[in-house]
Amino acid sequence: MSYNFKETMNKPERLAPGHRMCAGCGGTIAVRNVLRGLHEGDKAVIGNATGCLEVSTFTYPYTAWEDSYIHNAFENAGATMSGVEGAYKALKRKGKLDETYKFITFGGDGGTYDIGMQSLSGAMERNHDMVYVCYDNGAYMNTGIQRSSATPMYADTTTTPVGTKSNGKPQNRKDLASVIAAHDVPYVAQTTFVQNFKDLHIKAEKAIYTPGAAFLNIMAPCPRGWRYNTPDIMEICRLGVETCYWPLFEVVEGKWILNYEPKKKLPVEDFLRPQGRFKHLFKKGNEYLLEAFQKEVDRRWEELLFRCSR
Amino acid sequence: MAKRDRLSGNEAVAIALRQINPDVFPAFPITPSTEIPQYFASFVANGQVDTEFIPVESEHSSMSAAIGAEAAGARSLTATSSCGLAYMWEELYIAASNRLPLALALVNRALSGPININCDHSDSMGARDAGWIQIYAENNQEAYDNMVQAYRIAEHKDVRLPIMICQDGFITSHAVENIELLDDADVKGFVGEYEPENYLLNPECPMAVGPYSITDYYMEAKRNQAEGMKNAGRVVLEVAKEFAQISGREYGLFEEYCMEDAERAVVIIGSAAGTTKDAIDRLRAQGEKVGMVKIRLYRPFPAEEIAGALKNVKAVAIMDRAEGYTNHGGPLGADVMAALYRARANAFAVNYVYGLGGRDVRVEDVESIYADLKQVIEDGDAGETYRYLGIRE
Repeated sequence: MSYNFKETMNKPERLAPGHRMCAGCGGTIAVRNVLRGLHEGDKAVIGNATGCLEVSTFTYPYTAWEDSYIHNAFENAGATMSGVEGAYKALKRKGKLDETYKFITFGGDGGTYDIGMQSLSGAMERNHDMVYVCYDNGAYMNTGIQRSSATPMYADTTTTPVGTKSNGKPQNRKDLASVIAAHDVPYVAQTTFVQNFKDLHIKAEKAIYTPGAAFLNIMAPCPRGWRYNTPDIMEICRLGVETCYWPLFEVVEGKWILNYEPKKKLPVEDFLRPQGRFKHLFKKGNEYLLEAFQKEVDRRWEELLFRCSR
Repeated sequence: MAKRDRLSGNEAVAIALRQINPDVFPAFPITPSTEIPQYFASFVANGQVDTEFIPVESEHSSMSAAIGAEAAGARSLTATSSCGLAYMWEELYIAASNRLPLALALVNRALSGPININCDHSDSMGARDAGWIQIYAENNQEAYDNMVQAYRIAEHKDVRLPIMICQDGFITSHAVENIELLDDADVKGFVGEYEPENYLLNPECPMAVGPYSITDYYMEAKRNQAEGMKNAGRVVLEVAKEFAQISGREYGLFEEYCMEDAERAVVIIGSAAGTTKDAIDRLRAQGEKVGMVKIRLYRPFPAEEIAGALKNVKAVAIMDRAEGYTNHGGPLGADVMAALYRARANAFAVNYVYGLGGRDVRVEDVESIYADLKQVIEDGDAGETYRYLGIRE
């Protein structure tokens, strides 16, 4: 699969403009670029957990999706697509369908890391020929910025508010890509919006065309929830990667591969500073919180390097 | 040629499903319905069906996957009981609102808690407002026959609603009875191919399923479902008529037993109707004018027809195998009493809660109900209208 940026970008949009997502929403950017991984001529069924993406792209009687699309509920996007893929196999077997279809499901971190975890785990373990894409913006943004298990430590959310006795979310975030990799599925990758989307485009195509279950975890910043200057999204993503907060890696048939190693690893505060949700970490006297955050980033980065070196 | 056999209710339903050869069957085990997917998995393993069998990780996912498959254009179903149905709760409503004619083989079992694996109707009664057609069986033969008719009803263009085919846990699901099976070819011909108008895997026209519908459309969507339900009663009868032609067995919305001149009647659902028939036979032999209405179709509820069947009785006992916690009876009681009220009926009506968690119902118990009704008529007063049968107070 040789990569051609111009060709990829010139593919027709499969999520039409006119939907109601916020300006600068990372979720929409993730979706449009994942769908560029589809080969022209191949059809797709898109699944979607309940969330911003669903309520803003398919408000009756309008749909922004060029492909067939199904939203069922919040916690069952994995299971729902299992059924769609099962139907595809059955109809093919009965000779009722000639066309090639691909199956791609989108969920936010709430529908993926948390309430949809069981359904996702089941779909991955059964190895349905589908891609589950998590657009991870690190909180329940649709309901108004409540913490999720993807929310980073110390983030100020509406259910972990910073207060006189609180420094934001007390716990670390779940490492979902590792959890899914432990399902021993053929393809798992983590990416975000860097390198002119090359990393994302390549991984999307691989995920879609790898037979069996694939999982993509995409850091997709939410300007409302993260409280950064909306036009700075690409810079936020770059800093996520350069600080090793959000490493780019893939797990192919169980083999861990690091896709990018910064020449000079930046301190994580560079990633945190532009975000309002971490404002309190930069108050005098809270230096120890930044240190603890850095320590956790380092620990996870070392762990990843170890996995990828074997 | 039809074939006589001895089968449990679960096996009979599984055989009906083999004959139907559905496209997708996601399933998760729960007593007492487990055998249905188990038998079916062996049909898959032996190449007797073309079905995609998906052994999912929960009942929530079995219904979710069935919804995905049905929306994709495949004839789908699942099977469950009790807490499995409760776990599917939100999905039941979504299946109905998406107008997906999938089937659910329900083996009725009490809801927890306390945890109990035996029969009552609290599971399906709790789902009575979910927008599903509900059909109940007295015995294994009916469970089989209802399953064969299910898709013809659900997929009818005037209906397009999911359908729940219910039978009593253990009492019919595990008990072995004589049964007459139809020829595979007859079932295949009767059920036909599933040809949805719109579906996800239609290469000619993509489709979006499961919209966000705000205030300006939600109510019309619900009203449309109600329209499908309104048509379902008629379609159930049409399908039953056709089914009689291939099977020789006739079905209606309900069965009337000795109702022609009955002064006292029992209205009941499920296997205890068999026990009631025995009680009626005994009492009729003593010259007592007693009868029974056995509900087959519970949703939609054939209120007018039931009131018609009860129009000449002096007293009726409505039997609920589920509590409603209304302080005045169960769900069937509420439905039948509302039907009687609308028909301006004069009969005394009492509502019994019975058989919860598999509590045995004997012929003598049913006889005691007819004796109670006799007393009500003599007293000219229904007395307590919310009663328990066979309870230690």
